[in-house]
Amino acid sequence: MNTPLRRLATVVLVMFVVLMGGTTWVQYVQADSLNNDPRNVRTLYREFGNARGPIVVAGEAVASSAPVDDAFGYQRSYTGGDLWSAVTGFYSVVNGRTELELAANDALTGRGDQLFFTRVRDVLTGRRPEGAAVETTLLPAAQQAARDGLGDQEGAVVAIEPSTGKILALVSTPGFDPNALATHDTKAAGEAFSALSTAEGNPLRSNATKEVYPPGSTFKLVTAAAALESGSYTPQSPLPAPVELDLPQTTATVGNFGGGGCGADPITLADALRVSCNTSFAQLGLDLGDDAIRTQAERFGFNEGFTIPTVVVPSVFPDDLDAPETAGSAIGQRDVRATPIQMAMVSAAIANEGRLMQPYLVQTVRSADLHTVDETEPKLLSTAVSPGTAAALRDMMVGVVADGSGTAAQIPGVQVAGKTGTAQTGDDQAPHAWFTAFAPADAPRVAVAVIVEHGGSAGNEATGGRVAAPIAKAVIQAVLGS
Amino acid sequence: MATVQPHQVRAGRGVELGLLVLALAIAVAGYALVGLGIDGSVPADVIGYAAGLTGLAVALHLVLRWRAPYADPVILPVAVALNGVGLAMIYRIDIAYEAREKAAGFAERQLGWTAISVVLAALVLVLLRDHRTLRRYTYTAMIVALGLVVLPLVPGIGQSINGAQIWVRVGGVGMQPAEFAKIALAVFFAGYLVTHRDTLALAGPKVLGLQLPRPRDLGPILIVWGVSLAVLVLERDLGTSLLLFGLFVAMLYIATERLSWVVIGLLLFVGGALVAATAFPHVGARFDAWLHPFDQEIFDRFPGGSGQLVRGLFGLANGGLFGTGWGSGRPDLVPYAESDFIVASLGEELGLTGLLALLLCYTILTERGMRTAIGVRDGFGKLLAGGLAFVVAFQTFVVVGGVTRLIPLTGLTTPFLAYGGSSLVANWVIVALLLRISDEARRPAPVVRAVLTPEVGTPVASAARANGGGGTAGPTGGDQPTERIEGLS
Repeated sequence: MNTPLRRLATVVLVMFVVLMGGTTWVQYVQADSLNNDPRNVRTLYREFGNARGPIVVAGEAVASSAPVDDAFGYQRSYTGGDLWSAVTGFYSVVNGRTELELAANDALTGRGDQLFFTRVRDVLTGRRPEGAAVETTLLPAAQQAARDGLGDQEGAVVAIEPSTGKILALVSTPGFDPNALATHDTKAAGEAFSALSTAEGNPLRSNATKEVYPPGSTFKLVTAAAALESGSYTPQSPLPAPVELDLPQTTATVGNFGGGGCGADPITLADALRVSCNTSFAQLGLDLGDDAIRTQAERFGFNEGFTIPTVVVPSVFPDDLDAPETAGSAIGQRDVRATPIQMAMVSAAIANEGRLMQPYLVQTVRSADLHTVDETEPKLLSTAVSPGTAAALRDMMVGVVADGSGTAAQIPGVQVAGKTGTAQTGDDQAPHAWFTAFAPADAPRVAVAVIVEHGGSAGNEATGGRVAAPIAKAVIQAVLGS
Repeated sequence: MATVQPHQVRAGRGVELGLLVLALAIAVAGYALVGLGIDGSVPADVIGYAAGLTGLAVALHLVLRWRAPYADPVILPVAVALNGVGLAMIYRIDIAYEAREKAAGFAERQLGWTAISVVLAALVLVLLRDHRTLRRYTYTAMIVALGLVVLPLVPGIGQSINGAQIWVRVGGVGMQPAEFAKIALAVFFAGYLVTHRDTLALAGPKVLGLQLPRPRDLGPILIVWGVSLAVLVLERDLGTSLLLFGLFVAMLYIATERLSWVVIGLLLFVGGALVAATAFPHVGARFDAWLHPFDQEIFDRFPGGSGQLVRGLFGLANGGLFGTGWGSGRPDLVPYAESDFIVASLGEELGLTGLLALLLCYTILTERGMRTAIGVRDGFGKLLAGGLAFVVAFQTFVVVGGVTRLIPLTGLTTPFLAYGGSSLVANWVIVALLLRISDEARRPAPVVRAVLTPEVGTPVASAARANGGGGTAGPTGGDQPTERIEGLS
């Protein structure tokens, strides 16, 4: 019986070697991903034991941790109610973390690569490790103006400094008070989370970066850019502008907003943008073809997700469109979808002579001893259009505000360039009201995009010009006044 | 045969004492470090604790010197070390539970169970002078084993905890009879197989190079298969079912050397498990949790979700290579950190390094058991030692593999480490049996008796001497067939 016993002893040995391999796999190979799993409260506990760095806006902490006498050691608290919720997200024992609390976690906990030397020093000197402060690019006045402008309406506002990509305002409504989720009372935190996650308008999700909408007529900026970049069009090129445009291959037609004409037929490209003429842009889309528009859209940032460092979901211009789809997409309907920050980027690129800067929220990461450990440098994301095209688009957008669909955004003494949008949502609900703009037109300091879902309080009467443009105006004034 | 070489007389009791000092140092240091890690001071009762553990270990050591002087010198120290590390971790988890105002006090009870276990192990060594005595109780053992297996199903005393009907509670004391059933079954299998191994091994048709058994010899294996399936279905205990069946297949293989038995056994078990997985949501959920533990929906599901498993993995990952150190992790965040998931707790605080060291301890323990089986001369002893060593190894594999997600998670306890009186007592009894058999295996051939045999100088006597065990087998009588079979093989 010794032969099978020896074989069985080998089997036993193999079993233990397999076990050793299994534990090595979990504790060494997989350890990083397991430690970073948001459900791993152990990581949270460890983090809670150390002072987490604050999130700072213009020198004031909007999220900060203070020592408390419970198992966690530190309590995270937030100022401003729902004002900063789309930026900070929340940091909770029970519910994990989101937005900057998630994306900048390494810096806030002091675990980031850039804090390596700080950590080594802490170990050597026996100091308790402290998280670094994350200083944002936000402008409190702009943020407040955006929040006030949206009021009770569901929607989002994003403001960007065109020359750098700094995000000056980022608001999503409805928002939430992160304190309710950050409480160490696990029951209360859990209830707050389930209440918020089932609430109307999904407050926990940032509309500004995580929600895509049909961009409506604001997308005509992209179509116009594609036309000008093709070299075959100038702002003065005549376009047909029928009351209704028959779409090829179908019995469907495209009409204009309100059902009328566009004031002239044919109409120049500049005037078509100024009055937001659907039929001429649909025809322009058919003439350009979906590939040209898609290429242009992608140069503005469509079809690609990115981080600021919070996650921005990709805006979409779909592949392989047939003629009716191309016509609809050229006016921002059908299957085109955009995040509010994406439409702000379109304006920002036009404002910055066609050069699209990478948007960013975090200006500096500063260690607990106020030493700057990381500073974001502005970075060119892509060249969206040529300077000539950008100038032409700017002039056309100035026309929209001066004498077109966006007059509500006029500011005395400041030339504003903008574009309205009123996006049909397909169901029986009122259309989304859009406005994207930048100012001052000759030396832009801010580009902004506003969406008010389903027309907000104006409902079916809403247009981008009427509902969204005044909010954009307030944000621009706040930036220029600061 | 090597067993008659005179230099092998070294009993190894001195080595054992030295290793015991090391094992006790590990156990007591673990206990002291828990205190240091949590509140910066050594626990006040560390001297008393050290004295108690040392007393138990040394007492057993003295019993070995008295009753089994040639027993394997490594088995006892390894068991003491594992038991001690487990005690320190349970004490550490107690402190964490107390801080969270959860039910605690596991460490004192486990210490009590340790004392009871060591006393029982000593009793086994004292009362059982020769392991072959157990062969007389082959069928008694079978009845006891079956009784123990079905005991949790008896209304009134059986208890269902977390969906598994594997507990018995009598007079306030809970126990898991299956832990003892595995010993009784090992005795039964050893006794049954040593008698029937030839028919099982040699008779029957050959198909595709596999020597198949005769249909009528399939009876016992089908009975055991049925019992383990019944455990699975009626008691919903995948782990015990796997354990009992694995034990049987392993012992069948030792007895017959026929791979066909292993193949048939595995096919039967896999078939049964698959049927059970589809027919019983309780078992199916285990497979789901194993395959897709990180799905939010499965993670959140309770009971039957992967929450515990994944939290255990989080704990292991938190430990990393070197662990957080005694008292510095959060093992209490994993449900059942003191029993089913003590491996995750140890992995968190002692790290991969510590866990590999513990696994090496198990490897040494079970390989020493295997060596004992190879060394002992009678077939019954070979089967019993091999089966017992294998069952410890296999149980460790099933538990640790479950916690590290190599295999689906089952509700078995980690031998020696985990909280639980039944498991601790059963495993110490296994250690006592292995020590008893190893004493027989390592005892030099008693030349004197051979000389006293009337047939001195005849070929028969020299055969008995060469056979090694012949001299000691003589007085016990009833084991002659075993010896003959052993002599032939």
